[in-house]
Amino acid sequence: MFNQARKIRDKYIRDEMWPSIFCTGCGIGNVLNYTLRAIDSIGLDIDRTVFCSGIGCSSRLPGYIEADGLHTTHGRAIAFATGVKVYKPELSVIVFTGDGDMAGIGGNHFIHAARRNVDMTVICINNFNYGMTGGQVSPTTPAEDLSTTTPYGNLEEPFDLCRLAIGAGAPFVARWTMGFPYETITAIESAIRTKGFGFVEILAPCPTGYGKANELRDAPANWDWYKENTITRIDLAQLSPDERSANRKIVIGTLWKEEKPEYIERWRQLVGRLQADSEPAKSS
Amino acid sequence: MARELDYRRVMEVLGSREQFAQGDVACAYGAILGGCDFFAGYPITPATEVAETMAVLLPRLGCAVMQMEDEIASLSAVIGAAWAGSRAFTATSGPGFSLMQEGIGYACMTETPCVIINVQRSGPSTGQPTEPAQGDMLQARWGTHGDHEIIALAPASVQECVDLTRLAFNLAEEYRNPVLVMTDGEVGHMREKIVLPAEDEIELVERCPPTNKPGAYVPFRAAPGSVPEMASFGTGFHTYVTGLTHDERGLPATDDAEQHTRLVRRLVDKIRDDTERLTRVEVDSEEGAKVGIVSYGISARSAAGAVRIARAEGRKINHLRLISVYPFPERAVRDFANGLDRIIVPELNLGQICHVVREALEGEATVERVSRIGGEIIPPEEIVRALIEGGEQV
Ligand SMILES: Cc1ncc(C[n+]2csc(CCOP(=O)(O)OP(=O)(O)O)c2C)c(N)n1
Ligand code: SF4
Ligand SMILES: [Mg+2]
Repeated sequence: MFNQARKIRDKYIRDEMWPSIFCTGCGIGNVLNYTLRAIDSIGLDIDRTVFCSGIGCSSRLPGYIEADGLHTTHGRAIAFATGVKVYKPELSVIVFTGDGDMAGIGGNHFIHAARRNVDMTVICINNFNYGMTGGQVSPTTPAEDLSTTTPYGNLEEPFDLCRLAIGAGAPFVARWTMGFPYETITAIESAIRTKGFGFVEILAPCPTGYGKANELRDAPANWDWYKENTITRIDLAQLSPDERSANRKIVIGTLWKEEKPEYIERWRQLVGRLQADSEPAKSS
Repeated sequence: MARELDYRRVMEVLGSREQFAQGDVACAYGAILGGCDFFAGYPITPATEVAETMAVLLPRLGCAVMQMEDEIASLSAVIGAAWAGSRAFTATSGPGFSLMQEGIGYACMTETPCVIINVQRSGPSTGQPTEPAQGDMLQARWGTHGDHEIIALAPASVQECVDLTRLAFNLAEEYRNPVLVMTDGEVGHMREKIVLPAEDEIELVERCPPTNKPGAYVPFRAAPGSVPEMASFGTGFHTYVTGLTHDERGLPATDDAEQHTRLVRRLVDKIRDDTERLTRVEVDSEEGAKVGIVSYGISARSAAGAVRIARAEGRKINHLRLISVYPFPERAVRDFANGLDRIIVPELNLGQICHVVREALEGEATVERVSRIGGEIIPPEEIVRALIEGGEQV
């Protein structure tokens, strides 16, 4: 394990950026680790991989990887990534984003990208708040919870990001937490392998923001919270119908998988068709 | 790897060299002749025809065209494509231009070559969608936050929509900066004869590729006032691009006053220092005139009409047409105004470029404006009246 961590680090990490900006107990570093392991196990060519991100602690990840990186504006990472991928389809494109970045300011880009189905992988680190700006409410903060801008409790209902992605048409959708490293790595691999828009939501602690405001400041308590408040899709299926409908835990696992036409493939077909149409004109 | 335009194939797609075309369509032609290979946009009157024309033409050249979910996404996709090696552009009008300010700033900060066509319409807000205006001229310069420089060109004819859009692509690559083509609903929708360039008139200027190997290449290293080499994504150089203040390696250096100063001064100076080189103006002067007109875009045609009328009446008048508006051709304006008492600036707004002219002249001549809003272009007679009776105060 240690050797492998060492190997991953030597192979992929941008040394000049170390140490990271992340607080003790933050889950974002784990996501970097899981993503790099997935990339390594797939054998993705790092010279031909571009990491895009928006703004937020989560969105700082591309900076730590020795590869092409596009750290864009708040919420727009997926739109930038669309341009990269559609212009140069031979590149693999991976987006790191946060709950605020992707579902708040960038929500529209997210649903349209899922609908459009350009081949890319979007990894959203959902820490239930705007970590970077100091712990404000986000579109995924549970109702009643505290944040610096909901000091008396959140009056709004949170988004279920995976249901949003499925509803918008994403062909691969999974949700995991920090406590399931191998499952998370496998999910990222599957998302990368998906021909189309692969979405992985990773629930991760932000002890400094959401944690501090909601009595989850200390890391072990925080990690326990994720264990106690999530249930795998498979475990959920074992429950009786009544238990299932009473379930308030967050469902984790691979939540959707389907095959559907991918945008660039369709575009290639279109170009081929137009070229075929123009051939006779040339010879006449 | 110098880029070559497949001229024969392009002309197969564009049709004959001489055409009677609409301004928006001409912008699309200019883009393709400028080497454009990616377009992303969002429909908006009076710029929609640019997107529609690109949607017809680009796939026939094997290139992608995307209608995005809004103008922010459109410019974002363009910038992403540019980093992947594209000569990319978008086209919009006022409301969309407002949304693009975020991306314009990002492109300035990250030195991303890209072209934005703004077919100006009447604002503020949704305003008069189908009516021409020149109300975004100061937004073009200062719309995005923070210190930056911009390059902007203002076509006054359909032919110039072709020529200046082509030029915009080369300047974007050379200076690694967004270049704006500031046309308007009138130029965008009118039809005129155009002549597309011959093969030997085509020259594609490209971003300077890295001269060092990966590892030795420092992506944002450049002497003060100059443009760094640019490695496109996927070429093995592992470039990190951020809108944060960054050092020469491209890595965040947000609380370093010295780095920030050096970076932003270079971004500004690489364009400001080259103002003379970037200046494109047309001067029509005669001996003994005491009054001059400084015009641009569609209002330059009103001005030219006014010059004809005034001269036919035996009045002396000079005319300077700005073809490049930013970096503002201060020297050219000052030289033009030398010996003149009054400068009249006709614009389809309540006074924008007239302020920049006044600032450039530092009191050397009085600046007056002829302002018209509401959707009609300025009748030449109105400028002649200002010449005789004085224009509105700036
Ligand atoms: C247009 C714009 N608005 C606001 C901000 C300030 N801002 C920076 S990060 C952030 C929230 C990020 O939240 P999230 O995506 O959840 O990332 P986290 O820090 O929690 O990982 C905000 C609002 C900004 N940079 N740009
Ligand atoms: S503020 Fe929260 S999300 Fe940001 S680094 Fe600290 S713990 Fe992580
Ligand atoms: Mg967050």
